[in-house]
Amino acid sequence: MAVRASRGNFALVWVQTKGLGLPDYARWTVHSSNSWATFATELASETGIDLHFQRPGGFHLCLSEQELEARKQIITRFHNQRGGTDYRIDFLERDDIAKMLPDIGPDVVGGSYCPLDGHVNSLKLFRALHLALSRLGVTYLPNHPVTAIGRRGGQFEISTPHGTHDAGKIVLAAGNANQALAPMVGLVAPMKPERGQIIVTERVDPFLHFPLGTLRQTDEGTVMIGDSREDGHDPSGSNIAINSVMANRAVRMFPKLARLNVVRCWRAIRVMPQDGFPIYDQSESHPGAFLATCHSGVTLAAAHAGTLARMIVDGRLDEAEVGAFSARRFDVQAVA
Amino acid sequence: MFKRLRENPVEAVTITVDGSALKARAGDTVAAALLAHGVSHVRTTPVSGAPRAPYCLMGVCFDCLVTIDGVGNRQACLEPVRDGMRVETQHGKRKIGS
Repeated sequence: MAVRASRGNFALVWVQTKGLGLPDYARWTVHSSNSWATFATELASETGIDLHFQRPGGFHLCLSEQELEARKQIITRFHNQRGGTDYRIDFLERDDIAKMLPDIGPDVVGGSYCPLDGHVNSLKLFRALHLALSRLGVTYLPNHPVTAIGRRGGQFEISTPHGTHDAGKIVLAAGNANQALAPMVGLVAPMKPERGQIIVTERVDPFLHFPLGTLRQTDEGTVMIGDSREDGHDPSGSNIAINSVMANRAVRMFPKLARLNVVRCWRAIRVMPQDGFPIYDQSESHPGAFLATCHSGVTLAAAHAGTLARMIVDGRLDEAEVGAFSARRFDVQAVA
Repeated sequence: MFKRLRENPVEAVTITVDGSALKARAGDTVAAALLAHGVSHVRTTPVSGAPRAPYCLMGVCFDCLVTIDGVGNRQACLEPVRDGMRVETQHGKRKIGS
């Protein structure tokens, strides 16, 4: 089990149908996806770590006519939505899918494909980010929970059980914990943590050359099966019933998987804003305090390390670029 | 390198290793039979390709993985030999078809 999403990650750099309900999120996701190759190259040259970023396009497979109909409706709604980036999502019949995924089982009736989807080795990403930070002179203080943020002179004074730290500028990027931190600088961050489980198999020769939203083969050969969602923030225990549904669906998609041994199962906590979309804000009452949190930390890593970080350095979040992601969107008055 | 303690009159079993016949004894594990025959490694690792041999001989280290009768990644130290058993050493990742 892992409390931190960065260690439990499924490692997709995913675009397909993101932004339904908030077209700006589709635009921002495509921006990050398009920036990912450069981001991976920069991190590799900084650290010598190959992140194995690939963007072959990704699939969503349907195992019944009902699933297929539901998927069709989502894609139609997505394409009808105004204002977003109208990227391509193809709806594919079973025979077309079999040309790209020859190992699919007889239960696969159809699905969708988006050429912008990709994946990465997220453990190597995690390590490369830490290594790059340390080479840039960043001090990392794990297990220093922030208990208060005050002001002294022109500085922020950050209290932890291990002492206080001063800073001229702060960015709250603590995932689900931002809900508690945000009010310390006059912001809000409504979060709704989710549990997710992942099954990992032994390493096998590459057979799956495209990632799925729920199944992927890593650069080192393991197959990851995932995408469960449960409310809650307790990572302990593991729900075997959920694992058996995930394993059963995976084997129906690719019957050959039944031959493989499972070597690990884990459960971790997803960072999840209440409406599923990122939150980026800067405080009016506490100038110099910023907040950034989102569910898709790997997909959006390139946009965060580039575009968003630049705005924070410059001291102003660009309204046109990220204004739609302010938590002001939660501030809707109830009508009696 | 390894020697049997006594030449007990135990029933002989023939297995094949990468297609060649190998004499083992009933009661041997596949790993013991391979080591007694002077096999220095049984596989190469999936990522770096480093050679690996049976190590713990009690089922916990997973270094002795071989393909047995067409099924990959079997633990040689936990499988008793059977007459006619086909053992193949592994090179890199297991094939999903095996």
